[in-house]
Parts: sequence; C-alpha cells; structure tokens
Amino acid sequence: MGEYLDSMKGKSLSTVFGDPSQYRLPIKEVEEKWKLVPAFLKIKGLVKQHIDSFNYFINVEIKKIVEANSKVTCDADPLFYLKYTNVYVGTPDVDEGFNISKQTTPHECRLRDLTYSAPITVDIEYTRENQRVAKTGMLIGRMPIMLRSSNCVLSNKSEFELAKMNECPLDPGGYFVVKGQEKVILIQEQLSKNRMIVEEGKFGIQCTVTSSTHEKKSRTIVFVKGNKYYLQHNAFNEIIPISIIFKAMGVTSDQEICQLIGVSNMEKFMSTLEECHNLDIFTQTAALKHLGSKLVAKRFVTAASKVKTPVDEARDLLATTVLAHVPVEEFNFRTKSIYMALMIRRVMDAEVNKKLLDDRDYYGNKRLELAGSLISLMFEDAFKRFNWELKSIAEKTIPKIRATQFDVIKYMRSDLITNCLVFAISSGNWTIKRFRMERLGVTQVLSRLSYISALGMMTRVNSQFEKTRKVSGPRSLQPSQWGMLCPSDTPEGEACGLVKNLALMTHITTEVDEYPVVRMAINSGVLDINTVGTEVLSSSKIYLVFLNGNILGVIRNYKRLIQAVRLMRRKGKISQFISVYPNHQQKCIYISSDGGRLCRPYIIVEDGIPLVTEDHINKLEKGIGMRTFDDFLHMGLIEFLDVNEENDSLIACYERDITLQTTHLEIATFTILGVCAGLIPYPHHNQSPRNTYQCAMGKQAMGSIGYNQKNRMDTLLYNLVYPQAPMVKTKSIELTHFDKLPAGQNGTIAVMSYSGYDIEDALIINKASIDRGFGRCLVYKNTKCVMKRYANQTFDRVQGPVIDTMTNKPIWKHQVLDNDGIVAPGELVENRQILINKSMPITSSVPGNTTNKVEYKETPVAYRNVEPSYIERVLVSTNEEDAGLIKVLLRQTRRPEIGDKFSSRHGQKGVIGLVVEQQDMPFNEYGICPDIIMNPHGYPSRMTVGKLIELLAGKAGLMEGKFHYGTAFEGSKVSDVSEELIRHGFNYQGKDVFYSGITGEAMEAYIYSGPIYYQKLKHMVQDKMHARGRGPRAVLTRQPTEGRSRDGGLRLGEMERDCLIGYGASMMLVERLMVSSDQCEVDVCNKCGRLGYCGWCNSCKSSGQVSKITMPYACKLLLTEMQSMNISCRLTLTHYCQ
Amino acid sequence: MDVNDEKPRIILEEYKVTQNLPSETTVLDETFDIRKFKKKFRIVIVRYEKYEMEFDFIGVHPFLANTFRRLMLSEVPSMAVEKVFIYNNTSIIQDEILSHRLGLVPLKANPRLFEYRSEEAKEGSEQDTLEFELKVKCTWNKEGNKESARADDIYKNNNVYSKHFTWLPIKNQAEMFKAEEVGPIHDDILLAKMRPGHELDLKLLAVKGIGKDHAKFSPVATAFYRLLPDIKIIREVEGEAAERLQKCFSPGVISLRHSKDGRKVAVVNNSRYDTSSRNVYRYEDLKDAVIMSKIQDHIIFTIESVGAMTADVIFTEAVKILKNKCLSLLDELSQS
Repeated sequence: MGEYLDSMKGKSLSTVFGDPSQYRLPIKEVEEKWKLVPAFLKIKGLVKQHIDSFNYFINVEIKKIVEANSKVTCDADPLFYLKYTNVYVGTPDVDEGFNISKQTTPHECRLRDLTYSAPITVDIEYTRENQRVAKTGMLIGRMPIMLRSSNCVLSNKSEFELAKMNECPLDPGGYFVVKGQEKVILIQEQLSKNRMIVEEGKFGIQCTVTSSTHEKKSRTIVFVKGNKYYLQHNAFNEIIPISIIFKAMGVTSDQEICQLIGVSNMEKFMSTLEECHNLDIFTQTAALKHLGSKLVAKRFVTAASKVKTPVDEARDLLATTVLAHVPVEEFNFRTKSIYMALMIRRVMDAEVNKKLLDDRDYYGNKRLELAGSLISLMFEDAFKRFNWELKSIAEKTIPKIRATQFDVIKYMRSDLITNCLVFAISSGNWTIKRFRMERLGVTQVLSRLSYISALGMMTRVNSQFEKTRKVSGPRSLQPSQWGMLCPSDTPEGEACGLVKNLALMTHITTEVDEYPVVRMAINSGVLDINTVGTEVLSSSKIYLVFLNGNILGVIRNYKRLIQAVRLMRRKGKISQFISVYPNHQQKCIYISSDGGRLCRPYIIVEDGIPLVTEDHINKLEKGIGMRTFDDFLHMGLIEFLDVNEENDSLIACYERDITLQTTHLEIATFTILGVCAGLIPYPHHNQSPRNTYQCAMGKQAMGSIGYNQKNRMDTLLYNLVYPQAPMVKTKSIELTHFDKLPAGQNGTIAVMSYSGYDIEDALIINKASIDRGFGRCLVYKNTKCVMKRYANQTFDRVQGPVIDTMTNKPIWKHQVLDNDGIVAPGELVENRQILINKSMPITSSVPGNTTNKVEYKETPVAYRNVEPSYIERVLVSTNEEDAGLIKVLLRQTRRPEIGDKFSSRHGQKGVIGLVVEQQDMPFNEYGICPDIIMNPHGYPSRMTVGKLIELLAGKAGLMEGKFHYGTAFEGSKVSDVSEELIRHGFNYQGKDVFYSGITGEAMEAYIYSGPIYYQKLKHMVQDKMHARGRGPRAVLTRQPTEGRSRDGGLRLGEMERDCLIGYGASMMLVERLMVSSDQCEVDVCNKCGRLGYCGWCNSCKSSGQVSKITMPYACKLLLTEMQSMNISCRLTLTHYCQ
Repeated sequence: MDVNDEKPRIILEEYKVTQNLPSETTVLDETFDIRKFKKKFRIVIVRYEKYEMEFDFIGVHPFLANTFRRLMLSEVPSMAVEKVFIYNNTSIIQDEILSHRLGLVPLKANPRLFEYRSEEAKEGSEQDTLEFELKVKCTWNKEGNKESARADDIYKNNNVYSKHFTWLPIKNQAEMFKAEEVGPIHDDILLAKMRPGHELDLKLLAVKGIGKDHAKFSPVATAFYRLLPDIKIIREVEGEAAERLQKCFSPGVISLRHSKDGRKVAVVNNSRYDTSSRNVYRYEDLKDAVIMSKIQDHIIFTIESVGAMTADVIFTEAVKILKNKCLSLLDELSQS
C-alpha cells in the first residue's frame, strides 16, 4: 500500500479516483450497444463457423495433411519415390468434355445436377527409372466446395455480381452442392479429446482420456477396482495394474511412483504396488515383457513389417498408443508418467470427495466438429488410400519387365478421392476404417421450405448420443449452454435435447498454432515439467499448467499467468480465441487453443466500468474510426470467452447489475436465442414449450426462399403469393433479414367464438380475405428424366405427340406436348397426361451390329395427381455423365380451404374450420372485418401472453404507421403501446365494440382484435385428403393396398377391431375384416381337413366331402405357405347351426 | 345502471355491453308495422362525397340496417374482370396470379346497364361483357438520363399499371358508352413489374357479378354502421379531472366550460364521433361520473364505394334487391 501511495503522490485525489460525487451514480446504459450484434454478424455471420472451418481446411490443413503423407516409397525399388511438394485447391469448374473445363456457378450445378467442386492439384517430384522428374499441377481429385468459402466464386462478390450468377445475396452459403442437391454437414457435438474426465465407472471411480492425434485415436482408462488401481486400454487384452505401467515407463522405484502420484495417499496405493512384487516385476524390461504378453493380437501381420519382439512392441505401444496425445521423444516417458500419475491422483481425490467428479454434459467438455474437420478426416483417409494404391501398383509393376518405363503419374487416377468425398457428402456416411469411425446421417439435404428453415439448418448441432436411449442428462438444458446454444430451439420427441441450435452470436473456434502460447507461458514464469523435481508436483502452492490437455509445466504465481494471457489476447498479440481459466480444486490452469470450442463475445468491464461507451457506438454507426467489430476486438474493448472461461467470469446482463467484481458485460441479451426463436415476438412472455413449438413450426412456414426462387427447380418448393414482413418485428428478424424474405402475413384477428367450427384450435376465416389473396400459395414440383446413351450405340429418344388420324389433332394424352415431345410451358396438365414422351431402345441388338433397326419401348413420364398443374418451365441440359437431362417444373396455385394449417408465431397452430362470407363476419365501429377469428380457449392453458402483446403492439403500430419491436427481454412496453392506442381513439386494452354480421346487433362482449402475424404451414388438405370405396389390391395378399399414394384402403386397426369385438358386432367384424377386404372362397375337405380346389380334394382323391367356405385370402395364404414348409394345417368344419 | 328515457339503448360498461330497458315500447320490441315505421323512420344524410357517404338511419331496428349492409357487400352487382386470355406472358409473374390481380382491379362501368352473363354463353355479347386489352412490352429506355440508376429511367414500361388497359368495344358498345366511362377507376394500380424482354399480351373480359361469388364483384370497399353514441356525465367533474375526462374521449366529445365561479367543468359537447374507446374506465375516480351508451334505433351508416357507382346509388340498389327478394318470397308463398 505504501508503494502505491508513493506513486500517487503529487496527484490530486480527483485525478486518480475521479469526481467523488459521481461514485454513487448508476453506470450509464449504452442504449445502442446491441448495434455490435449486426457488426458481429457482418464479419462472423450465422454460418461463418462452417465457412471458417472449411477455409481453414482448404488453405491450411490440406497442406499439412499432404505434408504429413508426402512420401510414397516402394519396397520393390528402393530408389523409387514420389514426393508431394505442394497442394492446391482451385476454383470450381465443370468439365465440358475433351478436357476443357469452364468456371461454373453453384446455381448451374443445382440446375444441372452437377457437383460444385474444384480440382485438387499437387506438385510432385518422383523418379522415372533413374531420372528425377518434377511435375506441377497434377490433378489428384476434386473437392466439393462449400458455398461462400474462400474458393467459391461467390466469395467477396457484390449483390449485383451475385444476381448475375443467379444467386440470392441473402443466402448464407456454408453448404455444398453435390449432384445438384444442396447438402449441409451438420455440426457434430462430441466430448472433447485429450482431456481427463473423472466419472463413476463400472467398478468405481475412473479417469478416462480419449486421445486423438492425426495418427492415432485411443482411449485410456485408469480406474479403481477393489482397492487397486488399473489401466485399461484397447491395445491390451486385459486390465493392467498401474504399477506395472509405471515400471514399464522407466519409473521403477516404488518411492518415485508414490512421489509422482502424491505422498499423502501412500497406504491406499500399497496394494497396487504389491501387485508388481507378486509378479516379480522389478525392472523396466520385466514390466515390458509382462506387457508384451498382454498385447492384443494384430489382425493382419504383414510380411514386410519388421519382426519386433514383444518387448519392443510394448514399448512402442506405450510411447505411441497409450495416451497418444502426450508426446514421447526418444522413449523419454517422464511427461507421460506424470500425466498418468495425475490421472491416478484425480481418481483418488474423487474417491474421497465426490464433488470432484466431472460432468460429462458440461458444455466446456464438449467440442463441436464442423465441416472442415470432418472433410479433412475424409480427405486424409482418401489420400492415404490413394498413396497406398500407388504404392501397391508400383510394387506390382516395377519388378515386371516392360517395354516402357514405369511412370507413376499414369496411375494417378483422380476419381478415387473425388468419389470418396462426393459419396460421403451425398450419403452422409462417414466411415473411416483407420479410426473405426462409422457415423451415419452426418449430412442432410438443406431444407428449402423457407428461408428460415435453411438458415436454421446451418446452425443445427447434432450430438452423437443414441436417440433411442432414454437418458435425461445429455438431453437437458445445461446451465453452461447459456448464450451458446438456443434454449428454445430443439425438436420434440426422440431427438429432443440431442439436436440443438447455436445462439445468434456463437462462434466456433478453429485450431490455432500452439507455439506462441507455449512461448508466452514460459516467459510468464511457467517451468517446464521435465525440469522440476517430482516432489514439487504435489506441493500445495504449485499450479499445473495445461495446454490443450497436455501438461506444459508448473507455476507458482498462476494469477500472473492468467493475467498475462488475457492481456496478450486483448492486445491482439495472440489469437483472440485462446482461452485460459483456473481450476482451483485441481490446482490447474488450463489454456486452450484447439478448434471446436464454442465462444461468444462480451464487453470487457474494468473496475466496474464497461469499456464500450456511447462514443464508440456512435463511431461504429457513423463508420468513423471504428468501422467493424474487429476494431472493437483489436482495441481490447470486447473479447471472446469460451464456455470454460465464461464460467470463470462474472458477467452482468445489464449495466445496472455491474458490481466491482464484474468482469464482463453482455452485448445484447436477446442473442441467447437462436435464429428460429429470434422470430418470436415477446418470447419472454410465453410459456417456454410454446417457443419450442414455434421453433419447429417456423421451419414449416411457407414464404419466400430467396431472391433466386424463381430460377430454382427444386423437387418441392412452397411459396406464398403475397408474403409480408411482420408488424411486430424483433431485432433478430432484422439481423437475419427475415423481413426481406418473410414467411407469413399479418392477419387481423378477433379473439372470439363464432359458430361451432372453431373448437380445438380451428380458425374461422373470412372468404373475402381469401378472395383478396390471403394465404394464397404456390406449390412447385419437378419431374425429371435422364436420356441415357447405351453401350450399343443406341440411346433414349423423345418423340412428338401422336396425332389422331380422325381429327388430325394430338390424342388427349399428348395434348399438352410440344412438337419436340416435351410439354410446353404455360400448359395446364391433367392427371395421366404425358409430360415427356420418352422411349427407350429394347436392348436386343448385339453390340457393334448397328445396321438393323432398333426397336423402342414407350417409357413416357406422365403427370400423376388428381389436381391439375401448370407447366412453369422446362430445362433441357446434360448432367455430369454427359447424358441428357430434362427437368419439368410444375406449378399449382392454391387458395386456403377448410383444413389448411395456419399458425401464429407463438406455437398456436390451427386448421381452418370454416370459411365465412364477409357479410357474416362481425365488424367493428371502423368497419373492419377480421380476417381470422380465433377461439379464446386457446389462451388460458397455453399461456402465450406474447401473442396478446403482439396483437396490441401490432394494432398500435398500424395506427402509428410503424413497426413495433417485440425483441426478447426488451421490446415495446405494453404501457407505451396502450398509450399509443389511446392517442388514436382505441381502447387501451385493445378491445373493441363489435357488431354481429348476422343479427346486426352490438355484441355483448368487447372483442380483443388486431393484427397478428400468421404463417401458412406446408400441411394442406389437398395433399392429405384421401378416401376410397373400391380400388387396387396387393397382389400377394389380395388385401387393399396401403397408403394414399397407392389409393389404399383405410385400415380398421387392432384397436378398432377390439371395439367391435367388445361390442359384440360380429357380423360387422366379418364384413369389415373379410368381406370388404380379401374374401375368398376355398374348398376344404371335411375328411382330411386340407384345402382342395374345384370341389376336388387332392389328398383324398375324391370330391365327396369337399365343402366351400369363405375365409380371408390371407388365411388361405398362410395355410398354403405352411404347407410349403411341410406343416400341414387341417381344418375341422362344423355346420354353423350345430 | 339506468338511464331513464324512452330510447332503446345499450350501455357500454367496463367489461360488457348491457341492454337498457326503456320505459316505453320501442322499435326493438314492436312487431314490424309499416305505418308506424313510416311515421318513425327518418334518414339524415350527414356527409355525401359521391363515393363515400355517411347517413343516419333513425327509428329502425338494427336488423334492417344490417340487411342493407349485407346486401351491399354481397349482392349488389358490379363489373370485374373474370376471364383473362393470355396470349403471351413472359414476365416473372405467374399467369394465374396476374389474372387474380387483374380481377381485383375496380372497373368503371355502370353495372345496371349490363346483364349477367349466362354460364353456357361461350362468346360475350355487348350486353354482358366488357373487353379490354393489356399489351405491354418492356424495353430499354434509350432516350432517358443515362446516369440515372432509377428503374424508371433505365427501362420503358417496367411497371404495368391499370392505366395500360385499353378498352375494346364490342359491337355498338362504342356508341353506348363514352371512352372515359369505361376502364379502371384508378390509373395507378401496379399490376406487374417487368424488365426488358418481358411482354404481356392479354385480353380481359369483364362481366357482371355479385360479391357473394367473389369479393372483387363487391361494389363497396366496405359498408358498415354503428350505433349513435350517447355520453352522459352524471356528476360534476371539474379541474384536472375534467381535462383527464376530455382526453378519454375522441376530440370534440367533451368540452370544458368555465362555470360562474371560475371552475372548469366538463360537459358533453357532441358524442356522435366518439369511438367507444371506453378509456374512462382506466380512472377509478372517473368511472362513476360517466354513462356511455348507444342508442339502438339510431344507426350511423357509412358506405365507401369502390368507385363504379356512387354511394347513394349502391344503397338504392340494395333497397331494390331487398324489394325484389320480398316480392319473390311473397310470390313463392302465394304459389304454395
């Protein structure tokens, strides 16, 4: 303190501490600090994590992978080698044949069913005979390119340029176009690698480490069984006492082992040490020999592999496979033994104190795997296989005596890597044999139902847990997910809580180089672990320092280290995504720079004052001095915190909550919600499940897909004819540009009862509103066909319409065809009319024999739908295999009808129950008729107060001519909105006097009415309604077919059957289950009980006692099928009167 | 609450509307009698602006007013585009959506001079059909300001408006109507947006129809009525409370009068234009000072015509339709 006072000498008190009168004033709130959110989204964006990760792969990691596998040698010829010196990924192009390629755009690929991919080229150096040859630009495969990544043609393009390429400027990118399909690689959640997790295991407490390096993936478990400590690892076929491992690692003295672990637990460890003595293992060699006998037998023993002794093998294993991520150089096991000792200590501590157990579901222990890292795994695997193949070809061909010299580049085929990547992305099956990794459903088709559904898909996080298991832990909302994952947006049902969505400001880190961090740590006083004595490790004053799960060293003054790292980060000297946090229970400091951590920006608070001031925001707005979010980062006003560091900070949501201990301030509270939940106005007033329902429904709402929607040819596409931006907006809506590509309409609703057709959430809708275009939608479907060429020089053909000779007009089926045999755009097609009059050659002709005439079989593409469609567009092109491709886009315009599903933004869905003429609708004193009448019973049990406020705010907004905001945790206040209503002569509660449109009298109650944003959902009766009298039957069972698409019957199921049985309606049962289904007459022989036919029993060779009975055909089928398996069923018949 | 007079009223209470039972019998509980009706019934036209009018319907049961409202909305005929022949449409707007938009364009044509077109008729005749043509082609504007980035300067005909309708008289229609009598009412209804190369070539057939069939045939934008509000101050409200009271109603409803002893007292000036917002009930102290009521046999009718017929004509048309309906009912009754 003395020192401090000295330094302050000569300065007046007020210059040091500021004006004392200001102390008690609350900290001024920076109103507009949320403007940092759009600034953040501008540079990071909602899908930036995908793009960043892919960019990292394409620009950095692919080079590392090629470098790591750069040399291909051959056992047959020691002089032969192939070395990759460099690798590049080009820009996307498409092959035009004859080795000419041209630049392509994603939209062209979408339309032509191509893959949007770029060539991967390498520079190589190799030997041809005895010459050394260098070659540049060798194609080794094609890499599907993520849209808007650095290699994509769309990156850094202006809106005008994007429009020229038929691309929507609001489209986020971040997905792939593979064979014309848009595919997203979902973010995969997994437990973080290379970290110790202490938890309850099979036998007791265990400490698990899943090591992962480029070469190896392994899991090491240290656990306690009885009172002994063991190690379990895949490489050993049984559990190994931990003392043997120590001895094998060169720590032979029992005392040293105990010192490493920590002296206090001596007695507990006795029995483990004893194990060694029992087995007579005292030296390293003895221990290794013991381990060598416990190795898992290798699956394939290659002759070429050097013959190793079990001791060598065990040593190798310990060095490379057990705790693979801890580096062992020259068989110096020091670091590894310290690490192992620490694992044991953690287990011992947790045995005493259960609080030390780690939580698997804690989000700091999770890492998210993105497209880049997944593709890099796939690519590395493919590349290794590619090299292996080259090697085996070399091994096979070099020994042979050939006329031409062996040139390895002739054998470099590009389709191995291409196919591997394309197959993985298009099927979603991520199988990497090397790591025994097999994941299904990694990719999904990008849902283009609405803009929000596409955007929502890009932020989806998939977890590896089994969906069927009924576990609550991984599914429940963890407090550590705060701000990182949306608390509302998760599906209901089996995937509930396992599929999550990122919040608005979440960023996922990519890997950062460790080296600067190591240097900085050493400079801040971290002592290398190898230089300190063993006994120091268990000292109570010493903190262990970890970097990405590896022990870096020890430090006494840990606070200085933490401060130093944070300071350097804020100053921009090291990457902003490096995090540091202490764990006082474990006496450890963890520094992480690995990829896949979730992080989020916060305003830094120093001494109770947030660093971002009004002035900064003004500058940002005007673009002077501080233009981007990065400027804020560089100036150290804002920093990213990952989950672990967030947990070590005290974060205030608002300025008023700041205390002296506060370290950070939230930028905007509404950013804890994700994209889908961001659409909901006043979500903080709703019951939480309602927000979750809306998140699911927002994805089914029809609206606009993108500015390029008219150019798209998707298999199914819904459009609203007159979409509107919602009256009550939220900040998230503006940030995600939902107001530019909306999905819904503002309908005036009256909350009242009307007729009986509004029960169970049904809506009453005004016919005049429908006439004027409310809820009108377009449904686009496409039909496509491929014109193949065959090996025998024949090909599919399309022929013009068949002309009826009588009338000289095309026959009805071909009426809509153009002269070229493809439908004409603008034409109305009806059920069973032909769209493409294709015919296929019958492959009877012998190859090479082209002289004889080829016969054709008609294989027309017909329109199958009871409702007619218009032809929007026809596309004739070629696909990747150079085969002809014809796509026909069909369009239907639908007006809402009874049974169509609508929903507000509060999880309140309903179907139209009745369409009412305008004159029958109630009207108010202004002459306003509602568009929709909603039953008030929808409110009390759902508690969607947000909807009530939306109505009020919307109504006031209409009067004022402005949009009100319903942003989460803020938004226009009800009291202000009410004042506005009063100003315009409305009731402050939003309730108006209404007159009945039928009787003309004023209604007894005041009606709550105003605009509410309604979404039309994709479920429409027209696609669902189904009834059948007679119809097709299945061939095998003769029962009616199943399903609407096959015009199937309506099933009388078990439960319905039970009702009939319970009621005793036996004739009804017979009629339903047999007569109306698969009634069949069979001949049964009374004598032998077998089935006969035509009044003849074949086993009795008589027709004497055969009688005809009716039974379900399925029963007869069963009897005959049993008979075919040598089980003879016999029927005993009695007359039903007896 | 009781307002003691002979008029039938509804009283707007804080949470509900109640009926007030008057001391005498009123139109509401009498059986309809034409002589009494004639004696009591009055129409006062308050505002007449050709296409919009407000008039009072006094001494009549709301059902009758409602009948006229309903008839105007759904049964008074008007002309609208019903069939669109699309010869060419290369714009981005889909055929059926364009047709839907065209149908909703209000047309200037006196429907009384036309007949309903029969279902079977294949060809429209001069009595039942109006024919229009919409032929627009968007091109680059070569003359315009080269520097301008406005779409209107770069392109010609980039927006298709209702003014692009051209009327094609059928047979002697040219003699029957003047050119300005026929066509869209508003010239500036945007129908489609186009870019160079886009072209529209359509033939539109407008026919007579009723609002029940489709809202586009409704001759009114809306027709509605409300009951005459009547506000009574039942105890003296003065000073600040009076000002507050004034703010609770629409402007002009309550005025402040300076009483002899210099106090400001609220008095009812004209309650006709009150919006029934009932905001007085927000104030505990003012709740009991006012009775808000509406007179049930005094109906304020508002008609907003779309523009094909003047508002008064629409009303008389509705009356005629009601008369015909009554006649046909009587006819049916006498036959059976």
